[in-house]
Amino acid sequence: MATKTRSAITKPPLMPRAERWKRRGPLLPALVFTLLLTQIPFVFTLVFSTQRWLLLSGNDSEFRGVENYVAVVQDEVFWKSVGNTIVMTVGTTLACLVIGLLVAIFMNHSFPGRGIARTLAITPFFVMPVAVTLFWKSAMFDPSFGLFGFIARSLGLPPVSWLSEHPMAALIILLTWRFVPFAMLILVAGLQSAPQDQLEAAQMDGAGIWRRFTNVTLPHLRPFIELAALLLAMNLIQTFGEIAMLTAGGPAYGTTNITYYIYLKAFNAFDFGMASALGIVSLILTIALILPMLRLLSGIFRTEGRR
Amino acid sequence: MTTTASLNTRAVVTRNKTPQPRPRRTRGRATRITMGVLGWASSLILFFPVAYMVMKSFQTETVAASATPQFFFVPTFEHYVETFDQGIWPYALNSVIVTGVSTLIVIALALPAAWALSVRAIQNPQDSLFFFISTKMMPIAAGIIPIYVVATNLELLNTTQILIIMHLGMNLPLGIWMLRSFMQEIPLEIIEAAQVDGAGGWRIGWSVVLPLMRPGIASTALLCAVFSWNEYFFAANLTNSNSTLPLFLQKFLSFGELYTAQVAAVATIVSIPVVIAGWIAQKSLVRGLLFGAVK
Amino acid sequence: MAHINLKRGIAGLGIAAITAGLLAGCSTGDSGGGADGEITINVALAANPQMKTAESLISDFEEKNPGIKVTFTTLPENELRPAVTKDVATKAGQFDVAMIGSYEVPIWADRGWIVPLDDYAEEDADWNEADLLEPIKNIVSKDDVLYASPFYGSSSFLFYRKDLAEKAGVTISETPTWEEVQAAAAAMEDEAAGISGLCLRGLPGWGQNLAAVTTVINTFGGSWFNEDWEPQLTSPETKEAVQFYVDSLRDYGQPDAAKDGWEGCLQQFSQGKTAIWYDDTVFAGSALDQATPEVEPNIAFAMAPTGPADLASGWLWSWGLGITESSKNKDAAWKFISWVTSEDYIKLAGEEAGWDSIPPGSRASTYEIPEYLEAANRYADLTVKSIEAADPLQPTVDPVPYTGVQYVQIPEFVEIGDFVSQQIAGAISGTQTVDEALEKSQEYALKAVTDAGYLK
Repeated sequence: MATKTRSAITKPPLMPRAERWKRRGPLLPALVFTLLLTQIPFVFTLVFSTQRWLLLSGNDSEFRGVENYVAVVQDEVFWKSVGNTIVMTVGTTLACLVIGLLVAIFMNHSFPGRGIARTLAITPFFVMPVAVTLFWKSAMFDPSFGLFGFIARSLGLPPVSWLSEHPMAALIILLTWRFVPFAMLILVAGLQSAPQDQLEAAQMDGAGIWRRFTNVTLPHLRPFIELAALLLAMNLIQTFGEIAMLTAGGPAYGTTNITYYIYLKAFNAFDFGMASALGIVSLILTIALILPMLRLLSGIFRTEGRR
Repeated sequence: MTTTASLNTRAVVTRNKTPQPRPRRTRGRATRITMGVLGWASSLILFFPVAYMVMKSFQTETVAASATPQFFFVPTFEHYVETFDQGIWPYALNSVIVTGVSTLIVIALALPAAWALSVRAIQNPQDSLFFFISTKMMPIAAGIIPIYVVATNLELLNTTQILIIMHLGMNLPLGIWMLRSFMQEIPLEIIEAAQVDGAGGWRIGWSVVLPLMRPGIASTALLCAVFSWNEYFFAANLTNSNSTLPLFLQKFLSFGELYTAQVAAVATIVSIPVVIAGWIAQKSLVRGLLFGAVK
Repeated sequence: MAHINLKRGIAGLGIAAITAGLLAGCSTGDSGGGADGEITINVALAANPQMKTAESLISDFEEKNPGIKVTFTTLPENELRPAVTKDVATKAGQFDVAMIGSYEVPIWADRGWIVPLDDYAEEDADWNEADLLEPIKNIVSKDDVLYASPFYGSSSFLFYRKDLAEKAGVTISETPTWEEVQAAAAAMEDEAAGISGLCLRGLPGWGQNLAAVTTVINTFGGSWFNEDWEPQLTSPETKEAVQFYVDSLRDYGQPDAAKDGWEGCLQQFSQGKTAIWYDDTVFAGSALDQATPEVEPNIAFAMAPTGPADLASGWLWSWGLGITESSKNKDAAWKFISWVTSEDYIKLAGEEAGWDSIPPGSRASTYEIPEYLEAANRYADLTVKSIEAADPLQPTVDPVPYTGVQYVQIPEFVEIGDFVSQQIAGAISGTQTVDEALEKSQEYALKAVTDAGYLK
């Protein structure tokens, strides 16, 4: 890990070799485990991805070179799933941050029963995702039997075909509902630690609520927002069960994300070669696209080791 | 899980103790009422689907499937009875084992790792940290085929062990990151003082740092446990009969039966432990998540 | 940096991989069958009501066969398939008996994943092979060798509401055409009451909307492939059929149709939200069982509608039980299969769990049990007729190189079928036209069969 010096600001003093290993010692079990668990599959996947290996056609796989990769790059559905993954992750993260911040602002004021209100509000984050997804499908979104349909009918409006016509919106609504509490928890704590002296000073200067919010509170909240965004994105990018239960990835792959597409290729069509190539390409995309973005959210990684 | 005075959270603790901001006297009342109404409204909107689900779990399938929501009905416990009749206990036991063991190991591995990334840091600790976090961003499905093949060869399919390993991989980066953030907050002086007293690395770790870390460990463990308890992808792909609660749910999605109320009942039962844990530990959870950002 | 760590990881890997290989070599040897006289067989079942009944009656088997214990893995259909396929194909060997659909049986037999059952059947006179319904027996066989024992068999037919038909002044004959059905749906639709004219599967998945669409394609004279394996998804007949399906659904179908599989339609129909439903015969019992009191007495059935080509269009499906090649207790496995697919079991299930929970459509003798005929008087006769009318060898007008009514019996079909079903769901939801959907499908199918070497 010492091969690349990233920051010139704090040039680490050179340690003696023995000391360096002594310090690495406690890290090794976790590091080795993570390396094994993430890199072994990677190598296998790399090998599988050069094979034509269709499980249903028997176990005899044959070498195909880069053919699977050519197929992946030309596969419209794959690119669609990449787009869906981005829309789903970014859309839900943004929605969670905005709504979460609003709720956090409400919850930051004291009012009767605030503790209970907050406790109720965080519940969606803890209930079992697969189960609530099924429940949302049949009891919320369904135009005939669901609550949304009932509300629309009661208001004299035509019920919305959520899962056929707005499947991505429906998915984002469901995911947002689940993750708003999580964003809210982090942001409430951010608000509670807002610098009161600065807020007061700003008020003395005649700054209105909005000015105080944008000039003092928001900059203070920045690391909290970054943290929430990172944790949310980390979970949302892996969305699987919700898609499987809600829309089966459709219609016309409208809600298929990368994870679900690989699953379809691997464990529905049993095209292991193609699924492996999909895995590798999406891994490369992730490294190329997401990790630099992570770096930009540098607040989280800014801290250096202390000694 | 209450805050101890000696806790490292210079920032948060003192801020928490700050009394409500003063200049709210004049408009205070109006603001308070507005915020109270909005706060309760948003809370109820978020909670409503859960309440609605619990309500439906006490309805018959036919009542639950009626187009107009029925708020007045004769409650039935048939779906709860059915849940236990279908053998929830082996699944629950597996869930407890997988969640418990994987969370314990996460903490056991993450604590020393966090130590090596903060207190006695290796060179360029942020690179390692970054590596751990980056593994969380990789599509989990990308590695599932080789994991399946290796698990088959090691005869680990359909066992709690394979789930423990996978959940470990899933939660370890998060655990390391959170615990490191906590350790980062431990005032240097405390550790230096211990060093002056001649304490070695182990002693400092065991009797100085660890006690200060308790709230952090609790919140890290809670979050890992929640993710492990609710995990579906690995459970669905690596186990079948001998699995955890998210797969138990599948027994009720059978060909040719209505399931809204039944699913609601199962969801209610399996969510109870996590929801209660979450309710109890919410404050500690927030603090744990926060440290990285507060600094 | 991730890159650097990646490289390092790979370097360390050789060793790790070798270790894993060694471990694998060591640990596979020792898991033999029970030496202490007690044999346990593992059975994978689809989570259908009929299978649940079997699970609850297992003590009867264990009493009759001391020394054999049965453990069940019950998974919903869409989970069972990947679970058993992975297991058998990678020789993980978790299951002695696997329940598989008629689509899989010949493919699995071909791979040698399941063993032929003819010898077992011959020795087991009580099991009475001759009693099996011929079409069902054929789809769980390959080259006339039985590879799975049918647990139940089914076809597709029409469910409708007599009362709504009367109210609308239409009649539905026992052998309707799709034109008639569409007209009836238009007349029976009652928007004010929230009742749609018909309910058809819209959910993507080769086993979901595609099964229904394919039967319509057949009876319009379309097909998946011609004799040279050239895809026929953009042929005029296929286009007309799919357009008909999509139009019917968009004009008179249930709202939010692209999300509904059989689950959604069962709920729509049994709760009185739709007037006509086209789906599997096995749901007849479930629909009657779960219908509201107002709906139940008015449920009636008809044969699968025919199209311009005037072909019987019901599909043909069976869930069969096969013995895996990797099983170490094949004889015990057969004893279980023999028990659960026997005439006696069907009687036992009917008496113990109710006549609507027996596995239908597998044996001729089932349709001679007076109690069952009485309980199932509205649909028993039509079920047998539908099963007997379906012809998987000649599903459509022109000769085709494949077998299967609602699927194409090649391993690549799942992949092609899933793609096409997604596109059709897109047309149902209105995000694209039928022509667009079918052109994409045609292109995809062409590439798939070329890659696989069917099309020279």
